[in-house]
Amino acid sequence: MALNRKIAYIDLTTGDIQVKPIPLEIRRRFLGGRGLDAYLLYNHTSQGVDPLGPDNVLLISGGLLTATCASATTRTHVMAKSALTGFLGSTNMGGFFAPELAWAGFHHLVIRGKAAKPVYLFIHDGEIEIRDAKNIWGKSATETQWAIQEELADPEVKSLVIGPAGENLVRFANVRTGIKNSGGRTGMGCIMGSKNLKAVAARGTMDIKIARPVEALEYNKRFIDQITSSKVNQTQGTLGTPFIWGATNSWGGVRSRNFQYNQCEYADDIEPEHLDEIATATMGPYHMASCYACQVHCRARYKLPSGPYAGKYDEGPEYTSLGAFGAEPDCRNAETVLTGNYLVNQYGLDNLETGSMISWAMELFELGILTKEQTGGLDLRFGNDEALIEMIHRICYRKGWLGDTLADGGIPASEKIGKNSFDYLIQVKGMNNLHSDERATPALALNIATASRGSDHLRSRPAIDLYHLPEPVLRKIYSSPVPYDGPLSSEHTAYEGKPWQVFWQENCYMAVDCLGICKYHTVFLGATHPNFEDWAKVVFYNTGLELSPVQIWEIAERCNMIERLFNLREGLTRNDPRKGDTLSHRYFDEPCLRGAPGVVGIKIDKDKFVQMLDEFYSHKGLDQNGIPKPETLKRLGLEGEPSRQL
Amino acid sequence: MPKNSKVLKVDYEKCTGCRLCELVCSVKHDHVSNPTRSRIRVIKWESEGIYVPVSCQQCEDAPCVIGCPAKALSRNADMARVDVDYEKCIGCRTCVSVCPFGAMHFVSTDRKVVKCDLCDGEPQCVRFCDVNAVLFVEPRDLGMQKGREAARRLQAADRKASSLLEVP
Repeated sequence: MALNRKIAYIDLTTGDIQVKPIPLEIRRRFLGGRGLDAYLLYNHTSQGVDPLGPDNVLLISGGLLTATCASATTRTHVMAKSALTGFLGSTNMGGFFAPELAWAGFHHLVIRGKAAKPVYLFIHDGEIEIRDAKNIWGKSATETQWAIQEELADPEVKSLVIGPAGENLVRFANVRTGIKNSGGRTGMGCIMGSKNLKAVAARGTMDIKIARPVEALEYNKRFIDQITSSKVNQTQGTLGTPFIWGATNSWGGVRSRNFQYNQCEYADDIEPEHLDEIATATMGPYHMASCYACQVHCRARYKLPSGPYAGKYDEGPEYTSLGAFGAEPDCRNAETVLTGNYLVNQYGLDNLETGSMISWAMELFELGILTKEQTGGLDLRFGNDEALIEMIHRICYRKGWLGDTLADGGIPASEKIGKNSFDYLIQVKGMNNLHSDERATPALALNIATASRGSDHLRSRPAIDLYHLPEPVLRKIYSSPVPYDGPLSSEHTAYEGKPWQVFWQENCYMAVDCLGICKYHTVFLGATHPNFEDWAKVVFYNTGLELSPVQIWEIAERCNMIERLFNLREGLTRNDPRKGDTLSHRYFDEPCLRGAPGVVGIKIDKDKFVQMLDEFYSHKGLDQNGIPKPETLKRLGLEGEPSRQL
Repeated sequence: MPKNSKVLKVDYEKCTGCRLCELVCSVKHDHVSNPTRSRIRVIKWESEGIYVPVSCQQCEDAPCVIGCPAKALSRNADMARVDVDYEKCIGCRTCVSVCPFGAMHFVSTDRKVVKCDLCDGEPQCVRFCDVNAVLFVEPRDLGMQKGREAARRLQAADRKASSLLEVP
C-alpha cells in the first residue's frame, strides 16, 4: 500500500536512524510530498535556524501516489531552509528516484546533523545504511551516480546527488538525478553539501499494493488518452520545453540582457526547431525521453555537436537553459547554450540562477558598476560567449573574487558589490526569476511576487492565461471544486480576476506536489488536463483513501499556509524589496521595449498590483500585511502548529 | 483457427524509457506496482541514453521449454505463446538461465518464475505505450515493415547521393 510507506529520521551527526509509520490522520491533513515536507520543516526547525548548520533539516520525499498506477507519479521533492534566500527552500524534480524510494519502502526522509566526513545514504527494501563517500566526493553529478551503481554492483540503483557546486556550498547548487533531472531552485544541493551528504541512493523491490487495480488501470488509461490527445502535449512531446520559450519569445515574453529587453531577436540558432535538428542528427528521429510512467516525454536526448565537450551525451536543454545561457547573456548560439547546459548538469548548479547571476554581472560590468579588476580581467559584456562559460566554471569552484561573490547568491553579492547593483537584480525574496518577462501579464507577475520559495513560475502560474480562452471556459476551470463567481478575464494584460486564478493555481500545484505528479499532467499548459475531481478518484483507486475534491483543495490550502507560516517566522513581510511579496522596481518603472503591439510600452501598474495583492491576500484569508487571520488558521486546523505530531 | 497468432514487436528506437509498461504489467498481473514483478523490462544505459524494452519472444522452439526438467513449460499453439504450468514447476530457475533474452524472471518474494502471457491476447504494455515502442502484430508483417523502413532510408540516401552529382 502507498499508505504504509514509512518516514525515516536520520541524524548524520550521531548516525542514529529511526523509522516510523505515517499516521492516516496526518495523511488526511497533508497528503505527502511537498505538503507533508512543509509540515515537517515547520515542526523540526526553530526560528532563525542556520541554513548551513546541523540543525537545519533536509527533507526528501515522494508523493502520496508515487509509483502507483497513476500517470507521471515521478516527482521527488526536497525541502529545507534555503541558504540562498533564508526562506523556504523547496525543489521538485522528475526522473526515477522517488519511485525507487517508494519501492524501497519510504516516502519521507528527515535528515539532520552533519556527517564528520563525506557520506552517502543507501536505502534498500526497508533498510538504511550510511556509507563512506570518499571515493565519490569531488565527482560530477552524473559520474557520482554511475560510481554508486558500480560500487553497489547494481545498475538499477537510482541516486539523488550533488555535484562539485554543492560540495563548494554554492548557494544555488542543486540536487540531481539521472542525466538532467534537477531539483534546481533554492539551492538544496548547498544544504546537502553542508551536511557532507554527497548522495542518497535507493533500490527497492517491495510491492505497492493498488487498492482497486482494475479501476486504477482504466482510469490511468483515460488520463493518458486525454493528455496525449492535447495539442500542447503533442508539441511538448516533440520539441520539449524549448517550444514554450520559442512561442513566448515571438510575442515578447522572455527576458534578454538581464531584463533590459523582453524579446531576444535573431535567435534562430537557439530556437526549438534548431535544437530539435541537433537532437535528430545526433540521436535519431526518436530522441525524446520520459520520466517515470509519463507519456509527455518532454526532454530530448542529444550529443553536443561542437565546442569543448563535443560528442558528450546530454539531455534537455530546457526552456531555462535557453534563457540562462542564450537570451539573458545575449549569447544566441546553440553551442554556447548546450555547453552551458552540459556544465551545470555536471557541476550541479541551478541553470536559472547561474545564468541570471552572470547576466546581472554583465549588466553591472557594462554600466561600470563592476570593474575589470573585479571580473579578474574578463571582458564580461553581453554576447561574450567565452566569458559566460568561464564564469560558470568560476562560480562552481568559487574561483576569483567575482566567482566567489556570485556563488553566494543575488542579495549577498549585491551587498558585496555595493553601489546600486541591487537595483538591477531581478529577484523576489532573494531568488532570481525565470527568464520570462511578466510585465505584460499581471497574473504571472502576481504569481512570482507571492510564490512561497521566492520568484518562481511553478508555484501558482496561471499559464493558460496566455491562451485567451473564452470566459465560460475559464469559469468552468476556476469555479471548481470551490465556487467562484467573481470577475475573470480572457485578456492576459488585464488585472481583473487574476488574484483568484493565482490562488486557484497555487492550490492546484500544491495538490500535485503532494501527490507526486508532474505539473504537465494538470492545468498548467493544458486547460483540459486533470484536476481536483480526477485526483479524488485516482487517490481512491490507488490508495483506498476517500477524499472529496473539496477536501483535496483544503489540504492544498493548508499546506500552502504552513509554507507561509514558515516564511513569516523567518521574516517575510509584504513590501520589503528583499523579503516581501513584491517585484523588482524594474517591473513598475521600465516599460517593455519589444514584442507584439499590445506588449510594447507596457509595464506593471503599481496601484493595480497593490489591489491584486490585497485581493489575493483576502482569498487566502490573510490580513493586509499578509499574516493569516486567526479564523483562517482555525479553519485550516493550523492554530496549534507546530504540533510536533510527526 | 487459433485464438491468437500475434506477437509482441519491440521497436526499441521509439522507447522513451518511461517504464509505464513495467507498471501496467505488474498491476494487471499482480495488482501491485513493482517493476521486479514485470514480465517486460526496460533495460537502460542511462549514460548513453539507450533504452531497450525486453520481453519474452514466445520462441517456436523455446530453450526454456527444452531446458525445463519438470516439463512445466510448454508451447500453447492456440495462444501463440509459451505457458508455465505452476503445478509442475519446481522453481529451479533453469528457464531463467537458458533464456537468451533474459525474459524469464524469478520473483524473490513469491519464490516463483514469471513470464509474459500476452495478457491473454490484450497486452497491456502495448495498450499503454503511446509511442508504439511495443506493438502487437501478425508476425508475417514484421519483415515487410522493417523492409519498408529500410527501403525508405535507402531511397532517401540514394536521392541525397545523386543530388551531390548534379551539375548546378
